[in-house]
Amino acid sequence: MTVTAAPRRSQRSTRSGQIRVPRYGRGVRRNLTGWLLLAGGVLCFLLFSWYPMIREFVLSVQQTRFGETSFVGLANYQRVIDDPAFWQAWRNTAEFTGLALLLGFALPFLIAVVLNEFRHAQGYLRVLVYLPVMLPPASALLLFKYAYDPGDGLFNSILSTFGLPTSQWLQSTTMAMPSLVLASTWMNMGSAVLIYLAALQSIPGELYEAAEIDGARLFRRFWHVTVPQCRLVLSLMLMLQVISTMQMFIEAFLLANGSGPEGATTTVVYLIYQHAFNLNDLGGASALGVLLLLVLAAFAAVYVRLDRPRG
Amino acid sequence: MQTRTLVSPTRLHRPGAKAAYWIVLGAVIVLFTLVFIGPLYWMVTGGLKTAQETAQAPPTWWPAHPDPGNYATAWSQLSLGRLLANTVLYAAGALAFQLVFDVAAAYALSKLRPVLGNVVLAAMIGTLMIPATVLIVPQYLTVLDLPILHANLLNTPWAIWLPSVTNAFNIFLLKRFFDAVPEELLAAGAIDGAGPIRTLWSIVLPISRPILGVVSIFAVTNVWKDFLWPLLAEADPARQPLNVGIYSLSQNVPQNILIAALAIAAAPTVVIFLIFQRNIMSGLAAGSLKG
Repeated sequence: MTVTAAPRRSQRSTRSGQIRVPRYGRGVRRNLTGWLLLAGGVLCFLLFSWYPMIREFVLSVQQTRFGETSFVGLANYQRVIDDPAFWQAWRNTAEFTGLALLLGFALPFLIAVVLNEFRHAQGYLRVLVYLPVMLPPASALLLFKYAYDPGDGLFNSILSTFGLPTSQWLQSTTMAMPSLVLASTWMNMGSAVLIYLAALQSIPGELYEAAEIDGARLFRRFWHVTVPQCRLVLSLMLMLQVISTMQMFIEAFLLANGSGPEGATTTVVYLIYQHAFNLNDLGGASALGVLLLLVLAAFAAVYVRLDRPRG
Repeated sequence: MQTRTLVSPTRLHRPGAKAAYWIVLGAVIVLFTLVFIGPLYWMVTGGLKTAQETAQAPPTWWPAHPDPGNYATAWSQLSLGRLLANTVLYAAGALAFQLVFDVAAAYALSKLRPVLGNVVLAAMIGTLMIPATVLIVPQYLTVLDLPILHANLLNTPWAIWLPSVTNAFNIFLLKRFFDAVPEELLAAGAIDGAGPIRTLWSIVLPISRPILGVVSIFAVTNVWKDFLWPLLAEADPARQPLNVGIYSLSQNVPQNILIAALAIAAAPTVVIFLIFQRNIMSGLAAGSLKG
């Protein structure tokens, strides 16, 4: 196929139509060079992406005992699902994702909309919001852990200065997850704000003018111009945010020693980590991984269906 | 340059609106400074406090007896120099590997289109659907005992460098950019006798500087911020990057020393960001939108 097809392509003339340009010699050589350039990348993908992907499924139906590997069917799945920690981990993960959407999805958009109105100091404000993104997460999270200290932490000090009730933060089963969300939002918000700002700046000003002439006041202009114009970016960010928050690990690991008070912050990924590296249960960990993968894939599929342009 | 936004410029020129604008702007500036610089200020000054002062119930705004010695102690006690050197080594290597392999792959897929290239591209893009953390177990087993070669990459830089190449998003960004390079330009090179690699080097790469910048920022920040993978792959404390090492060592040091260490760990990227913020932000905004 290549031998016949490639010369035809290489004879395709440039737009001037005057000269025929033989591009990069004959088809075979071109293929060879192409594959040579691809080789490094493909090899890495084979080793560290494609092969592990298949292996994840294989591991999830195997059990290793005393160096002997045997096929156990769905026993690993059965075992991890029967564990009470399983449902708690999913509830916790859903709680983190839900809270992170309330806070981490709406807030950056509102901030971007407000910043976009300013004709002064916009650069300064953008730098400020993005600053935490540049910190190593361990640095930011350990700092938050110290600020959350119920005894002499910064947050409780501020709250009591204003006469507000203090909190147990990470030590309380109800507040542990919101505390993680707060730290996570502070740490990650900057990149979303930046993306929204870029989207807002590409909205044609005439749309606002037209809306204003039609008598639309501030809120209606926001609702009927700003939001629809950012719809694509908003829905894409929504999906990315759900997928990334469902993989939350480092916040729980660093702030709440993983499981938190009475397992209040055990997430699915933390459970995978525990099964693999604390309990030496690779089969269970892989089964959990496959389940998380299926849930995220289902979510992505629903997103693609809903997001298809209507009509 | 500034186009019209939600609030119309003429409206802003009215006296009342003008005052409101400045009040809101002032409030936002103060609020943002407190929320985003506040913790950093608290971190840097916290590193100067004595152990008793960090544990004091209403925190002090400025250390009573500032002691820069804490920073020196943190530097030596947590071996921050070594952690920093490890991080730079991992980040530089990952950057080099991604620039070489991902650029070569994207160029081949975009301009040379070898047989089955589309299949390869689809399989690469497909990995974007698979969240990285889900594969942590089989990936760990792979670096523990590399197939065919039977090499153990744990506790070597390779365990971070090689998997970093499998960045389908970078390949996608690069390919999209290369697709937009006009064929006429390549044809002109071909007439002058340039082979495909020469064309890549002398024609495509020089005009791809913006996208190479974006990919480089992504490559470096990914390594700088990654936690779970280096925690597993570089378990040896002597080989850990900053992010992981600071956590591992955080258990055994006094609070004021730890805070000083956090400040030191945060400093390099923050300083680099502040110096290059204009380029970095415009690059990121462009890359994220066109991606």
